[in-house]
Amino acid sequence: MLSEKEKTEILKEVNRYPYPSAACIDALKIVQEHRGWVSDEAVKDIAHFLHLSNEDVEGVATFYSRIYRKPVGRNIILLCDGISCMILGYESIYEHISGKLNIRFGETTKDQRYTLLPISCLGDCDHAPAMMINNDHFNHLTFEKVDEILENYK
Amino acid sequence: MEQPLTRHINTQLPPMTLKEYQKAGGYAGVTKALKEMTPGEVTNLVKASNLLGRGGAGFPTGTKWNLVPMDQNQGPKYLVCNADEMEPGTFKDRYLLEGNPHQLIAGMIVAAYAIQAQTAYIFLRWAYKKAETALRKAIAEAYAAGFLGKNILGTGFDLEMNVHSSAGRYICGEETALLNSLEGKRATPRTKPPFPAISGLFGRPTVVNNVETLCWISHIVENGTEWFKALSLTETGGTKLFGVSGKVKHPGLWELPVGVTIREILEDHAGGMLDGYGFRGLLPGGASTDFLIEDHLDIKMDFHTVAEAGSRMGTGTMIILDDKTCPVAFLQNIERFFALESCGFCTPCREGLPWVEKVLGAIESGNGRMEHLDILKFQTKYLAPGNTFCAHAPGAAEPLQSGLNYFYDDFVSHINQHKCPWKS
Repeated sequence: MLSEKEKTEILKEVNRYPYPSAACIDALKIVQEHRGWVSDEAVKDIAHFLHLSNEDVEGVATFYSRIYRKPVGRNIILLCDGISCMILGYESIYEHISGKLNIRFGETTKDQRYTLLPISCLGDCDHAPAMMINNDHFNHLTFEKVDEILENYK
Repeated sequence: MEQPLTRHINTQLPPMTLKEYQKAGGYAGVTKALKEMTPGEVTNLVKASNLLGRGGAGFPTGTKWNLVPMDQNQGPKYLVCNADEMEPGTFKDRYLLEGNPHQLIAGMIVAAYAIQAQTAYIFLRWAYKKAETALRKAIAEAYAAGFLGKNILGTGFDLEMNVHSSAGRYICGEETALLNSLEGKRATPRTKPPFPAISGLFGRPTVVNNVETLCWISHIVENGTEWFKALSLTETGGTKLFGVSGKVKHPGLWELPVGVTIREILEDHAGGMLDGYGFRGLLPGGASTDFLIEDHLDIKMDFHTVAEAGSRMGTGTMIILDDKTCPVAFLQNIERFFALESCGFCTPCREGLPWVEKVLGAIESGNGRMEHLDILKFQTKYLAPGNTFCAHAPGAAEPLQSGLNYFYDDFVSHINQHKCPWKS
């Protein structure tokens, strides 16, 4: 079931388009904002609410990289694996984070604190290597800097 | 040297408020266009300026606008700003969005007026959080000051402006895929024709322009076509944001006249290569452009001059390949990106790009064979324009074909030594 709050927020987006179905991506993002990820049940609820088929919503949900169809940790680390970050050594940053947290790309720590994912070029190429955690951007990454940043996300 | 687009950007400070920007002369073009010019006159002015689209393709902006039907009372039309910057190595729109959102809004008001669109969307990359906050604040200010909403400046022109933050996927930057995404669908490109100017968003006439392109509009209306043309060193008017990333002394972004040479950007602005690193090549305008090498450093950065050298100016943000970075690994990184970001709609792209990435991976890990090079060469033809539904795979083939050409010996040494010579 969509919560009243979710419904209100989705309706606000619906009003910005000529057809309710256009708010499909916004609806997925709103549900994810509240629950962290989008479950099968949430896909069905959104479909019902926007008068779409389950398959249409599922097709959209699985197309976009920033819609999570599996549970994720409390904090999502998005490490840029773009070409400029590769030249400036994102791979060693990846091995450092991966070793420290004992997870590879696509995995979540046992305590649900972090999920580690790659992300395409973050547009911070002149300050590479770069990453995001949740909605925050970081650049000029070093091992020490990464350790410090990670501590701030509980 | 004039820098109209970045003059009011100071990265150490928050972006200018509407009042501050107006005080500095901003929005003058909006008042002039809406109060003193007809929509047709604005379009003709932009056409006469020869403003070429700054998203990478370099299509004339005025020509695009001219395709929009201008009959009265024919229903809604849309203006869409493509702010889905995601081309690897590209960081120019982010700078403009975060640095001076009012410049974009002013340009969009004039552009919407020219095509008589009453609704505008800014299709913004999901990851650009700071830009989103700045844009939403600036749009609210513009509504409050009467630059957006009903009866703008008492002229009877109405415009609603919305920010749509995307959900990630490079293909959303392709204008027809972007329109599908804005309609809440999977971002697969559409058949052209009909072009968006005839049938675009929700089946209505729509113009899609890049951030940097739209940032120019209000300035051109205010200062005229001669001013715009005089800014550049070549026939293409204006300045351009040029960027450099990679192992150079000062990676960064600069607003310079169109027609500045690659060497000037690389040496005078980026400070040349870092000590201990040699130059091997560069992608002049993002990951989907062909390699250029030492021989090309004196060519001018302009759409047609870079095309003559066998590449594309693209987004104007260069990625430098140094001598301590393996060209095969460099290409594998790029092709993995394109393979992952294929929308999966057409076969050559969906199947060909992962194949390319796997073959490059085999060569890089020391399992390459000489016949792999034939597969890669075949793929550059198989993924060429005309064989695929949109420009995604042909773009991916550009660095591959030129990489195979310029760095052929490096591919062969991987195969002969059964390892990557750059790895100890």
